[in-house]
Amino acid sequence: MKKLLNCFSQGRTWIISVPYIWLLLFFFIPFAIVLKISLSESAIAIPPYEDLISYADDVLNIKLNLGNFHFLLQDDLYFLAYLNSLKTAFFATVLCLLVGYPMAYFMARAEASVRNVLLMLVILPSWTSFLIRIYAWIGILKSNGLLNNFLMSIGLIHEPLEILNTNVAVYIGIVYAYLPFMILPLYANLLKMDLSLLEAASDLGCRPWKTFLKVTLPLSKAGIIAGSMLVFIPAVGEFVIPSLLGGANTLMIGKVLWQEFFNNRDWPVASAVAIVMLLLLLVPIALFNRYQAKEAANEAK
Amino acid sequence: MKLNKLSLTVLTLGFAFLYLPIVLLIGYSFNESRLVTVWAGFSTKWYGELFADDQMMSAVWLSLKIAMGASTGAIILGTLAAFALVRFGRFWGHTLFGSMINAPLVMPDVITGLSLLLLFVAMGQLFGWPSERGSLTILLAHITFCTAYAAIVISSRLKEMDLSLEEAAMDLGAHPFKVFWLVTLPIIAPSLVAGWLLSFTLSMDDLVIASFVSGPGSTTLPMVVFSSVRLGVSPKINALATLIVLVVSIAVCIAWWFARKAERDAQMLPDEE
Repeated sequence: MKKLLNCFSQGRTWIISVPYIWLLLFFFIPFAIVLKISLSESAIAIPPYEDLISYADDVLNIKLNLGNFHFLLQDDLYFLAYLNSLKTAFFATVLCLLVGYPMAYFMARAEASVRNVLLMLVILPSWTSFLIRIYAWIGILKSNGLLNNFLMSIGLIHEPLEILNTNVAVYIGIVYAYLPFMILPLYANLLKMDLSLLEAASDLGCRPWKTFLKVTLPLSKAGIIAGSMLVFIPAVGEFVIPSLLGGANTLMIGKVLWQEFFNNRDWPVASAVAIVMLLLLLVPIALFNRYQAKEAANEAK
Repeated sequence: MKLNKLSLTVLTLGFAFLYLPIVLLIGYSFNESRLVTVWAGFSTKWYGELFADDQMMSAVWLSLKIAMGASTGAIILGTLAAFALVRFGRFWGHTLFGSMINAPLVMPDVITGLSLLLLFVAMGQLFGWPSERGSLTILLAHITFCTAYAAIVISSRLKEMDLSLEEAAMDLGAHPFKVFWLVTLPIIAPSLVAGWLLSFTLSMDDLVIASFVSGPGSTTLPMVVFSSVRLGVSPKINALATLIVLVVSIAVCIAWWFARKAERDAQMLPDEE
């Protein structure tokens, strides 16, 4: 064992430093640059912002412009977009949990051979194009789409329902697209659960529902947190779903950032929007990281 | 426990929700009519139109090239990262490193895309490289976020690996590099395949990050699809979707077969515990 470790430690520094430096350069440092640009002033130039630090006539000028953040505070649009994104992501996460938990539960309790097939069936859609799966819902939810045609043909409704280009469509899209990410960690967690605890509860006369609430649910807390974070965090910054399924008045911050960047070409304001979004997501991301680290430690044991 | 009535209902409804949109999408790709929602007879003409669309085809080609490069780069970096995480215990900045592996999984694309673009612009100003944005910057961006996924897939396999095999090879006098090549690599190979395929699909699928870091002339497939979808539904996109689903299903089945094989192989080896 010692010899093995020795041999590995020769290359250790090298093996660690290559991915480390790569991720520092392409994942960590970029955030510092976003922070820097968010403090600069926009300008009509290429690239469209002024430098923070300038040196002219023996004077070193450092100009930190808080105007972009001030601008975000002043304009209701941004506040409403943040609020609406958090709200949409929260309720979509709850819906995902309500749909995903029972599925994960019954998958984990199925026979081993069935279980593997079911697991593959959950993973398969998440490997096909995200964009195209969202696109599929346009054809279903349109006013002359498949859902309305179906409901009218069975006589349930007489007027087509307005679903596409509303918040309802955004909820459907998020739940649909992120459901596998909710199910997978829940399934992994429920699969590992010690079934003898459930047996003990039922031997002691606990009713199935009560056993579920008192034993299963608390024991699956880690899975619930992981799944919820995997849905909530990306959903807050979601761009594709609100722009394809939401309407003109569907305010989501990911869409606002995109428009700020591509339509208004205001890089500093787009950066400020990103920094505030990142600050809002800091706690959920830390929670997710902690869970992942804990999982890794558990597996190593 | 066998599947009872309740669980059967829940699972049927759940999977119907997951699969019905995809099935409808595929069905209507063979529709004669331009209207995606009205059935007017069987036809494969949209496939013909899809292949005749030069813009779409060149985008497919560019996306495939980027995805190949990105997934290959990602499994190389991902394997190194997985070794760093699993084998070397704690090192300086271990927590930061772990966070940089986990955070890309949940980071909203708009933030990642914007931050990478600003990095490339800053690098261009400072070092003159990359001088312009295009397929190279998309490739670098994709390698970065795919590395995180690859590292997680590979490290979970590495954790399960029986160290005594490597030890035995060492004791018999094999060079560490040879041990890695002949012992470790074949054992973690299924996870490399899975990680590669996952990275490939992630790269093929990325719209937001690529839009931020791409330049004029490098339009990937999701960008073409997005701009076409924004104008409304088109049976051509349905045909494209059908082909993507077909390719992905085949790839996932292959990956699944590899994973199952690895599982069976692992079970054949005597357990240490």
